[in-house]
Amino acid sequence: MDIELRGITKRFGEVVANSGVNLSIRAGEVLGLLGENGAGKSTMMNVLSGLYRPDEGEILIDGKPVQFNGPGDGIRAGIGMVHQHFMLVPVFTVAENVVLGVEPTGPLDSLDLKTARAQVREINETYGLEVDPDALIENLPVGIQQRVEIIKVLFRSADVLIFDEPTAVLTPQEVTDFFKIVRALREAGKALVFITHKLHEILEIADRINVLRAGQIVGECLPGEKTDLELAEMMVGRPVSLEVEKKPYEPGEVLLDVKDLTILREDDSLAVDDVSFSVRRHEVVGIAGVQGNGQSALVEALAGVHRIAGGTIAFEGKDITRASARARHQMGIAHIPEDRLKNGVVANFSIAENMVLNSYYDDRYSRGVMMDWNAVNERAAEYSAAFDVRTPSIFETVNHLSGGNQQKMVVAREMSRDTKLLIAAHPTRGLDVGSIEYIHSRLMDARDEGNAVLIVSSELDEVIALSDRILVMFKGKIVAQFGAGGRPADKNDIGLAMAGAAL
Amino acid sequence: MSEPAETPTEKLAHQLLQKAAPSRTVYEDLIIVPVFAIFVALVLGGLVMLATNVSIDTIGRSYIALLTGSVGSLGAISETLTAATPLVLAGLGVAMGFRAGFFNIGAEGQVLMGGMAAVIVGFSFGGLPIYIHLPMALLAGVLVGGLYAGIAGWLRAATGAHEVISTIMLNLISFRLVDYLLKVPFIQKAGRSDPISNAVLDSATLPRLLDWVDPNMRVHAGVFLMLFMVWFCYWLLFKTTIGFEFRASGENPDAARFAGMRSGLIVVLVMALAGALAGLAGANQVLGVLGRASPGFSAGIGFNAISVALLGRSHPVGVLIAGLLFGALEAGGRQMQVDAGVSLDLIGIVQSLIIAFIAAPLLVRAVFPWGFRGKAASRKE
Repeated sequence: MDIELRGITKRFGEVVANSGVNLSIRAGEVLGLLGENGAGKSTMMNVLSGLYRPDEGEILIDGKPVQFNGPGDGIRAGIGMVHQHFMLVPVFTVAENVVLGVEPTGPLDSLDLKTARAQVREINETYGLEVDPDALIENLPVGIQQRVEIIKVLFRSADVLIFDEPTAVLTPQEVTDFFKIVRALREAGKALVFITHKLHEILEIADRINVLRAGQIVGECLPGEKTDLELAEMMVGRPVSLEVEKKPYEPGEVLLDVKDLTILREDDSLAVDDVSFSVRRHEVVGIAGVQGNGQSALVEALAGVHRIAGGTIAFEGKDITRASARARHQMGIAHIPEDRLKNGVVANFSIAENMVLNSYYDDRYSRGVMMDWNAVNERAAEYSAAFDVRTPSIFETVNHLSGGNQQKMVVAREMSRDTKLLIAAHPTRGLDVGSIEYIHSRLMDARDEGNAVLIVSSELDEVIALSDRILVMFKGKIVAQFGAGGRPADKNDIGLAMAGAAL
Repeated sequence: MSEPAETPTEKLAHQLLQKAAPSRTVYEDLIIVPVFAIFVALVLGGLVMLATNVSIDTIGRSYIALLTGSVGSLGAISETLTAATPLVLAGLGVAMGFRAGFFNIGAEGQVLMGGMAAVIVGFSFGGLPIYIHLPMALLAGVLVGGLYAGIAGWLRAATGAHEVISTIMLNLISFRLVDYLLKVPFIQKAGRSDPISNAVLDSATLPRLLDWVDPNMRVHAGVFLMLFMVWFCYWLLFKTTIGFEFRASGENPDAARFAGMRSGLIVVLVMALAGALAGLAGANQVLGVLGRASPGFSAGIGFNAISVALLGRSHPVGVLIAGLLFGALEAGGRQMQVDAGVSLDLIGIVQSLIIAFIAAPLLVRAVFPWGFRGKAASRKE
């Protein structure tokens, strides 16, 4: 099935999300769609799947114009979307999730799970997916859950599959497996759209690449024709550097010393299991690991917002195991939280208010109980300008900023003071090339100024590029160390360690 | 004598300090929506009255009575203010709770407890001058209301008990507790068998403001307390660190915790403040209007306060305006009944319609699409 988008324009009020976009999606081909956050990728795919109606332009399926009045029409026309955030019921089995909403029924409208299981097996065999139809979703790793999403779409007889940032949650090994599935689907004659801002992936898997910038297609090419650097330039609209410039590694004295740290989750299961490590001044330590292996709990415990079950944390030689989050903040520990919208900012507050969220009580911003809003506003403007937070005014609320600018705001708040230890969890998650470049260089500046930096990321390339030493976490334990004189930081080895393989 | 040149960053920082002009959407939400809402509600209210066989003539008269009874004369304004004062005070309390993310259903109980405390102090301690006795009685209402609500705050902070449940239970306890207290010999009026308290002494009564014009004008000094509290809550919320903590915790408790704010302390503080304001509302009623306590003297003030807080978008000035609107509807509603003979139930329907429409701005925008040019305040995906 071939799909043609012609002159699609979609506006939201004054904002033009897509403007005159032409796109062709062909059977047996992987179309790579590359673009920064807010470039209009998601809007375009939502137009294609029937969720939005375009203001101008038309959609042609096999040459015939069609009109979608809702997401149901898109599915009926054979267009399926595999979302970035899975939409699965954790306590249901694979087969139950797959048939949800289109259940095969037996006599008296009873649920016919036998047929469902058989159909899931059939899809499994056709595309080599290897998913047990009777497994519970909550027991499956993320990579397999993603396959369930793919089965869901195939079960609804989709001929066009749209993947929205499919690799964001996968380990390197899972990505390899995922690409195998994509190729199998292509062999079977499906039309595939692969949305991402990761350059090397698109170069690896796509047959044709379209680059979207500010709502418009700014270029089309074949993967062999352009380098990743050229693609990045097309995407951002200015020359960018993909390399992180790093000065030589000259570690100072130990600043953070963690001993036998044990942390429990809320359900009393072990999140971090007897972990010891240290971070020195002038050093970046990266923690690699698939999400959910205890990194979040570790970071929160270091920042003082998660209870500790055992072990000690020492900072500058002082025991801070029981110190409050505020006390640690005042000691010079900065924390860039993993989930900025949940934990990092108050979305309905202005940039100025968010800028002092954890320092409002300080002498600089208040006198007794009275806030000094003039001082707050001036500092906020100064920091926003220095950290390139793009906004018309600091009185704008944070939910009006793009994800990248929100993240820069958090980075500005945490780094524009005298810090000694910087804990950054997924500092560039979901950001585009331009913002990533900027935040990376800021983190490096902090290291060169003498900070100890601890970075947690599931983005292996990022960890390798930034870190002087790499620790790999698996099931709450540190299972491997790379770099700094020890084992060299080889991407493949780290990936294996992340998946739990003994080295 | 030229100033040192600004660096580009300084220039940018300077630009960022510019405030954008308030958007048309804000103006529409604050002014046009309420005006249209009242209009639609009156039309619909008229239709309801028509459906219950009230003549058009009477409907016209009743709406005129609604207007004259609320703002048509000095006496009417006095009644509106008298009715609005406790609603604004208790509404401020509920609004402060909302701001900090707490759904305080317990204002009714806090009004009762604060009122009882004020009555007891108000009829005891005879012989004190008014400038000592009256503040004492008011303070008793504030303290007891605050302590009573503080229980719910403490339960939430220490045990995680949800405040909706605990405040509802505290309401039920307070209803019966007041019934009991009114039968206690020391409190019950001598020689009465029904539950009614001793009368508040003159030295603890909030002085009436306009009785020199007409002895029937009930507006009393509580109005100044109300205005002071509106200012106080505004100042607290927007000018102090405590208010910053309240608002941050209310908007995003996780981010507040990550920023090092102490959520347990904030819960207890905000609930105590909410209770203190509701308690003051109760004290205001018994010391300014009723002169004594009887069963159910709170008369739903604490529940209406929830509507007032919601309608006022939990902003102190909004609460003041919403409270005045409620007061006007109450005073005007009484006049409607007297002049046009419309039943009080129908008046309740009109009141509810007005509130429902103001609370649903998108509905009003849909009914009057030509009234709005700014884009609807829709949420981002």
